[in-house]
Amino acid sequence: MAIELNGKSYETDEEGYLENLADWDPDIAKVMAELDDCDLSENHWEVINFLREYYEEYQIAPAVRVLTKAIGKKLGKDKGNSKYLYELYPYGPAKQACKYAGLPKPTGCV
Amino acid sequence: MQAAVVDKAVAAVAKPKDFDVPVLGDYLQVPSLAPGSMAHSKPFEAKPVHQEKLGFPGELIDNWQEVAVAKLGDLVKSSRGLQVYLDSCVKCGACTDKCHYFLGTADPKNMPVARQDLLRKVYRRYYTVAGKYLPKLVGAEDLTEEVLDDWYTYYHQCSQCRRCSVYCPYGIDTAEVSMAAREIMDTVGKGQKYCNEIIGKVHKLGNNLGLPEPALADTLEGLEEDVEEEIGIDVKFPLDVKGADVLLVTPSADFFAEPHIDGLIGYAKVFHQAGLSWTISSHASEAANFGLFIGSHDNMQKVALRIREAALELGVKRIVFGECGHAWRVGYSFLNTLAGPFDFLDSNYPVPQHIVEVTHDLLQQGRLTLDPEANDDKRVTFHDSCNVARASRMGSLPGGQFTLPRDVIKASCNHFFDMPANTIGEATFCCGGGGGLLTDDLVELRVKGAMPRMQALKEVNDRHQITHMAAICAICKSQFSKVFPYYGFQMDQIISVHQLVGDALVFNSDPGARRITQ
Repeated sequence: MAIELNGKSYETDEEGYLENLADWDPDIAKVMAELDDCDLSENHWEVINFLREYYEEYQIAPAVRVLTKAIGKKLGKDKGNSKYLYELYPYGPAKQACKYAGLPKPTGCV
Repeated sequence: MQAAVVDKAVAAVAKPKDFDVPVLGDYLQVPSLAPGSMAHSKPFEAKPVHQEKLGFPGELIDNWQEVAVAKLGDLVKSSRGLQVYLDSCVKCGACTDKCHYFLGTADPKNMPVARQDLLRKVYRRYYTVAGKYLPKLVGAEDLTEEVLDDWYTYYHQCSQCRRCSVYCPYGIDTAEVSMAAREIMDTVGKGQKYCNEIIGKVHKLGNNLGLPEPALADTLEGLEEDVEEEIGIDVKFPLDVKGADVLLVTPSADFFAEPHIDGLIGYAKVFHQAGLSWTISSHASEAANFGLFIGSHDNMQKVALRIREAALELGVKRIVFGECGHAWRVGYSFLNTLAGPFDFLDSNYPVPQHIVEVTHDLLQQGRLTLDPEANDDKRVTFHDSCNVARASRMGSLPGGQFTLPRDVIKASCNHFFDMPANTIGEATFCCGGGGGLLTDDLVELRVKGAMPRMQALKEVNDRHQITHMAAICAICKSQFSKVFPYYGFQMDQIISVHQLVGDALVFNSDPGARRITQ
């Protein structure tokens, strides 16, 4: 499967995750979100940007608690919890936000 | 439970558009048959890259029929149990209404006997005299593409929970049949993506998540900071500490997901307060062993050996398993044959030991004090995880796998209520996501298969206003987080048993016996 955008082809897997991390750019993130009826706000982007930074350092998405802590620091304590992250990403912050950030889907008993 | 209050954000998207969520009634009803209603449900197939890491062909091989039949023959030859299961069914019907997937989907092929027959009819055709000469008379069938397709569909609608086998007068174990079928499919190159991708990650990095050592170290460090900040006590989460007494092997979901991580914090608090030296290993940073789910002895052994290697490398004296259902089955029942002997460990302790056993022992010895009032805001029930309930034991007495977790929960909270007797203990219903089915491509199956457990939860909730369900399995916890909102419960109503323990723990050495509260 692939998403065509601006003359470029983005390969995705069965669930719409990018096959190649290097293909990612903000435009494809927006398109992937639109496919899920999700309009990316600034706060969505805070999560996406953090995920990408963390991934670059550790080659894995952060644990939910690491993510909530980081978001709490950036957006205020009242937003540093998984309830808020689920409001932003109702399919689950780990899975849905990773998708838009171009990261592979977390696997395992999660 | 406040059934009416559904987290709106979750409900908005979690409510499915393309399938009906079962409606809970006053009691569990056996549905009218809906033939073929789940024929469309299949997980994604593994890609060559996933298959080859496990030693399986990348895709369906040309002579798959021949190889599959031969593999079936090998399996029957090497497992007396499997042969008995395939030979001895008398079609009495006792199993038909015992499977949560049948009760939730009404598809007759999800009746355990029908599921077994998918393999049994092929076994009869090729390996019994009657089936070779008079196939139609004995329900024997050739292995055709259609049959293979049915295998893939319906052997991925069995969570290998073994509830049906409790009611079978012959003790036929559908889990074994389903594992054999999956192994045959892997052998001919038709594997399931979810399980096989994960097993490949364990072989490479030591855990299901693919969490590399630096990320694990960072996560554990963060937890130390969090706990210190929360309760003012320097509880450690040691990693790769040589010479520690206890090696904790826990599902990697405990590092990553909620509510799992609160269980991990609970274990750490227990170790801290009991003064036990312990460590996690980055080499064996996973308790789960999906080799079991795909019936692959080789892969199961390879995963299990990492635990042995870590124990030897770190020079520990004990191995303790965290809250993971099938891991405890593999640990309790098979670890010694897969990766033993463990004669280098302290023989005063079981090998391995369950974290619930550790906490229970410490409580009995008076080495831990719990203040159940700390959990007075909760009214708790307990979900027996299938692999713990029906494939293992805890403690030294029969039924310890049922009594020990309940003893620990009751010591941690004042308000505990069990679900109906025919849905707990050895009759427990699967969460609906076990056996390698905890994947988004099977959400319909997972939601429908959770129905019997949700019905039981509703019943105890109607009587006792339950706020939380506790569990000791990473799969169960993730599954319930996902399916609760479909049934009007909230995702955070599922918690770890050791969260209750951690929150109730009294730190005696602290001035004024400070109680740990959120």
